[in-house]
Amino acid sequence: MRGISKRFDHKKANDGVDFDLYKGEIVSLLGENGSGKTTLMNMLAGLYFPDEGKIFVGGREVAINSPAGATALGIGMVHQHFKLVDVFTAWENIVLGIEDKYDVPAAKEKISQICDRYGFVVDPDKKIYNMTVSEKQTVEIVKVIFRGADILILDEPTAVLTPQECERLFEVMRNMKQDGKSIIIITHKLNEVMAISDRVVILRRGRYVGQLETARTNPQEMTDMMVGRAVKLDIERPEPVNPAKRLVIKDINVTDVEGVRKVKNVSFYMNSGEILGIAGISGSGQKELLEAIAGIQKTDSGSVKYIDENGNETELIGMHPRDIRELGVALSFVPEDRLGMGLVGNMNISENMMLRTFGESHKWFTDREKPRKVAENVVDVLEVSTPGLDTPVRRLSGGNIQKILVGREISSNPKVLLTAYAVRGLDINSSYKIYDLINEQKKKGVAVLFVGEDLDVLMQISDKIMVLCDGEVSDIVDAKKVTKNEIGFLMTSLEGAKASGQ
Amino acid sequence: MLGFLAFIPRAVAQGIPLLFGCTGEIVTEKSGNLNLGLPGVMYVGAISGVIGSFFYENSVGAGEVNAALAILIPLMCSIVGSLIMGLIYSFLVVTFRANQNVTGLAMTTFGVGFGNFFGGSLIKLAKTDLPSISLSKTSMVFRSQLPFAKSLGVIGEIFFSYGFLAYTAVIIALIVAYVFKKTRVGLNLRAVGENPATADAAGINVTKYKYLATCIGCVIAGLGGLYYVMDYACGIWSNDAFGDRGWLAIALVIFTLWKSDLGIFASILFGGLYILYLYIPTGMEHMEFKELYKMIPYVVTLVVLIFTSMRNRREDQPPQSLGLNYFREER
Repeated sequence: MRGISKRFDHKKANDGVDFDLYKGEIVSLLGENGSGKTTLMNMLAGLYFPDEGKIFVGGREVAINSPAGATALGIGMVHQHFKLVDVFTAWENIVLGIEDKYDVPAAKEKISQICDRYGFVVDPDKKIYNMTVSEKQTVEIVKVIFRGADILILDEPTAVLTPQECERLFEVMRNMKQDGKSIIIITHKLNEVMAISDRVVILRRGRYVGQLETARTNPQEMTDMMVGRAVKLDIERPEPVNPAKRLVIKDINVTDVEGVRKVKNVSFYMNSGEILGIAGISGSGQKELLEAIAGIQKTDSGSVKYIDENGNETELIGMHPRDIRELGVALSFVPEDRLGMGLVGNMNISENMMLRTFGESHKWFTDREKPRKVAENVVDVLEVSTPGLDTPVRRLSGGNIQKILVGREISSNPKVLLTAYAVRGLDINSSYKIYDLINEQKKKGVAVLFVGEDLDVLMQISDKIMVLCDGEVSDIVDAKKVTKNEIGFLMTSLEGAKASGQ
Repeated sequence: MLGFLAFIPRAVAQGIPLLFGCTGEIVTEKSGNLNLGLPGVMYVGAISGVIGSFFYENSVGAGEVNAALAILIPLMCSIVGSLIMGLIYSFLVVTFRANQNVTGLAMTTFGVGFGNFFGGSLIKLAKTDLPSISLSKTSMVFRSQLPFAKSLGVIGEIFFSYGFLAYTAVIIALIVAYVFKKTRVGLNLRAVGENPATADAAGINVTKYKYLATCIGCVIAGLGGLYYVMDYACGIWSNDAFGDRGWLAIALVIFTLWKSDLGIFASILFGGLYILYLYIPTGMEHMEFKELYKMIPYVVTLVVLIFTSMRNRREDQPPQSLGLNYFREER
């Protein structure tokens, strides 16, 4: 790719980017949120058409007008938001749109050959909506290979995977590399860049900054290039000051709409000025637990007691979510699809800030000044990359959307802050900004509940870690003493926890 | 028992326009276009056929009509009429990405108005005293039955007493069901309706599929209007006589969970409910009950909508992107 540029509404998403990929190598594409990585790759995949610049494949100049055109050139992309039809089975998704004979047994045969060759595990007759994130991703990759792709683009493939699933994905990627396929992987996690790729290409604000041989670099150098200045890669963990019990949760049970018990007899407490990390495979009841505390989710039994600075106790179960929030319990949950909860895609940044505060004024007309200031502040402090405060949130890149969500919750000056996946899909610089913000809250005496995916981070930022397994508390451990392996063990088995505890 | 046997053919005759409408709307909705213009399309399909047949009958004068022409002319006119409606809808919704609900409702208003306007004009031309046009010669051809139907007694009455369009409706419904279940085109079309971004990324021409599905759907639905005038109403067009069958057809789509083979039975059932009031004895002093009985299909529709919305099976849900327009570069 030579001199590629692409504009959205006067904002240059890519500006004269050069990018090379050779046969049989794995290249990481690194950059902050909104630095134009996905946009660049979408142009290779035929979803966008570049405004300027040329693309060469195998030495020949090509124009990629459509995804079908990309497929014909042997380019396939696995998007961050999977492009799968939920009510279809795996094989239906894989053969979708291919214009040759409609031969189901032959298609299934070819799928199983691909699986054997690279080590995928796919049940071709399973419906997509019954699959885990990891299985869906496998289907996506098989789909791309099925179409004869030699160049694979993976957009943040590990963002939603457990450590074990990541390992399996990397294994498959190495197999494909040995088979002569070229892979581009977009990621934020530097340890993954180090682990998997041969070369790393770095973008900053839509421009090409440079490339490094992975073998001859280190995370610090990559981060500095990505951000454009030196960044500290340590998360501080200030000692809690005067911890006092702020929230006491006792024997909470939650059943979801389908009648599945998601949270089982969970009891714990949160101290002011302390960060309680929650680890667990996604879907182990984290979401339900947080929602139960925030009053959005009905509980079957149990109690949640809020204790204020003066020692007055309030029972939160049965209270209206708005009243709970007024007590100072703020929830910022970043769902897998980011826009699902908390933000309204078609509304602009300051209007989204208003969603939290419009009830406070009891005048006839809403106050638009205050939310606008909050919005300005969040955009400023978190360096949200946006054309302006009036841009619909939907138009921003995923990481920027998230900054706005987390920024809003923190700006409400909570007493208890519940965050889930606050840095999901965020680049390193923004992630550290968010860690700093959370630590700032901690120093102010806020009790923080931090649900995270990255165990390394979880172990660095939390004071205590509660491990959930299938809706039950596996154990609550001291973050300073525990090892990553122990947590991984606790995450997957309750029995194992008891055994290792002896 | 005899009363019931006589009831069945009438229920079927009532159900066929619904079946055409339902099948057409299923094809359209599977592409993600919620065409609320269906009642209008069916009106246009009917009046276009009427216009064609009116001029043909006039040109023949008092002579005999040619059976083939008497069928082909209204049929082609009807197809062209509803095809144009389908094109207008697709053009607005797919190319210009207009709001589907608003466009659909406008198409219905337009179609009904179009039908009544030209219906009224033809009535003027026909210079009759009645507020309707009678195309009895064409209708005779449309209603001609298989020669052996009469000789088969009850069975002939139930299965073979209909004009050819009724069988066409059933065959189309079966073909549509087969295409969706067993062919690549069906798979691709379903993908377009479920998740156009996925279909696009898989190399399917989303715009083409949406246009084709909407237009084919409209043509099928338009035939329902044609059947109604030429067969069911014995060739008599009077303004607004078609009534709200178009809306019932849309309700049937939901009732059948987007399955056109189920639609065959469902439309006959609804056809029966539609005329049930004629068969419930009320006596002379309580005629008001008849009006209540006329509500039955609508009440059943409401109940069915409640039940289907309570169901949780993913396969029974509407196409996921139904009612949403697709734009590739939107973020």
